[in-house]
Amino acid sequence: MRLGLVIDLDVCVGCHACAIACKEWNASGTIGPLSDYQPYGAEPSGVWFNRIRHFEMDEYPNNKTINFPMSCNHCEDADCVTVCPTGASYKRAEDGIVLVDQDKCMGCNYCSWACPYGARELDRSSGTMKKCTLCVDRIYDQNLPVEERQPSCVLTCPAHARMFGDFDDPDSAVSRVVRERGGYGLMPELNYNPTNQYLPPRRKPVIEIDTQPKGGLKESIKQFANRLVRR
Amino acid sequence: MHPAFSVIFFTVASGAGFGLFSLLFIADTFKLGGGFSQDQLVAGGLMAMGLVVFGLLSSTFHLANPKNAWRAFSRFRTSWLSREGVFAMVFMPLALIYLASIMFDAPGWLRETSGFLTAVLAWITVFSTGMIYACLKTIRQWNTPLVPANYLALGYASGSLLLLLGAVIAGLDTTPYIAMSALIVSIAAVLKAIYYFWIRSPGLSPTINTATGLTRAGVKLLDTGHTHGTFLTQEFGFKLARKKAGLLKLLVFVIGFGVPGLMLVWVFNQQGGQLAAVVAAVAGLAGAAMERWLFFAEARHVVNLYHGAQRC
Repeated sequence: MRLGLVIDLDVCVGCHACAIACKEWNASGTIGPLSDYQPYGAEPSGVWFNRIRHFEMDEYPNNKTINFPMSCNHCEDADCVTVCPTGASYKRAEDGIVLVDQDKCMGCNYCSWACPYGARELDRSSGTMKKCTLCVDRIYDQNLPVEERQPSCVLTCPAHARMFGDFDDPDSAVSRVVRERGGYGLMPELNYNPTNQYLPPRRKPVIEIDTQPKGGLKESIKQFANRLVRR
Repeated sequence: MHPAFSVIFFTVASGAGFGLFSLLFIADTFKLGGGFSQDQLVAGGLMAMGLVVFGLLSSTFHLANPKNAWRAFSRFRTSWLSREGVFAMVFMPLALIYLASIMFDAPGWLRETSGFLTAVLAWITVFSTGMIYACLKTIRQWNTPLVPANYLALGYASGSLLLLLGAVIAGLDTTPYIAMSALIVSIAAVLKAIYYFWIRSPGLSPTINTATGLTRAGVKLLDTGHTHGTFLTQEFGFKLARKKAGLLKLLVFVIGFGVPGLMLVWVFNQQGGQLAAVVAAVAGLAGAAMERWLFFAEARHVVNLYHGAQRC
């Protein structure tokens, strides 16, 4: 199994609900707490597994705002695991989820240096590295109804911009949608082979903005007359 | 990258310590300048080990959870950080065997073998320190073989200047020590110059387009999505003005390589005496510390592409 997420950039509205749901679930989950520093102070900061950035692509009039949620990509070739000196970072053989053993981590930050996606954040209160668990304490929970055995971010997304599934299964919903929509991983040139895939925004028809006829002498006189009448 | 003082101190001190110890072995083997006495060799060796130990201890100050530091020896097969720790730990007993065989007049083969192995391990350890940074594909300025080469050259340059100081204090013929220092310091200066030249060109680095996968048009950041700084901006967001970086590079060359070179001439001409050798060693170490600060400050992690950088 190779579990991961598909994020549809055409659909994401940038509401940050996935990040909030992630924080809500994981603050009390197996990796939690996710500490906040000065949450109501002048400089609020804290640990998040999921962050949403907002980009703009192209120039006016073809510009488009792209809301860009990012969490751990659970890479196939995860350097964060290779460089870890304590063995706290590991990738599960059975489903490819990358996790940090909180009892082994010494907080050297080295894995966060190796991660190109900024998926790992040090928790100052515990002194350990924390990261997206793909809600490993949810997706296998037999006490939950089957349809709820998904990561918190996927369940909460109001726009259905997030999907969860097994990329090793060619017939899974995530594999199919990646095939059909041309899904891609981020920064392929670094060869981390990220599992999470992003669906590109669909091409929209170009909107003509300068449809007014050029005018000429007759048109100019007409406009001048109109202005006079209005006065 | 955020330049952490503990890591700068660690790499400079341990590099100088490992360099000093290996060169001390060479000085002992070839009896350079008449050769140090037994006591002087042991004192120098212990000083070198002291630098290494202080460095290693200071490196634990940047750990957020040092109680698990002992686990860092466990991933020797994959992690350069783990390898560095293991090699440094193997270096210690071997270095003690070498110093003991000097002190207690052990047979020559034991003294030479343990000394040689210690020198090799010192070399491997400094190489591993460099590889900790050089193996990261996420930082273009670090992902080059010049990084371990710079670490080795600078460690040995500061070690050779410390050894020269020792030779001056011990009253040995300083000519071979001056020649050794001059050679290693110039190699370090040349390698550093190549490095600064190399990192100037952007090369094939990721851009904001490959980072977002939006390659069909220009992309710019509208909002980072956080109110105040995050772990990522603290750790990777450090920015250094290009003008200031240029000035600091000039200072690295003047203080780290120029001043020691001039002092070598003074020592050779028997001017300034011990003070010249002290100035050479202090300037060499100060230059190495500045170089190390710049090494971190100039490194641009690709995660900055998600915080507004167009390329890294």
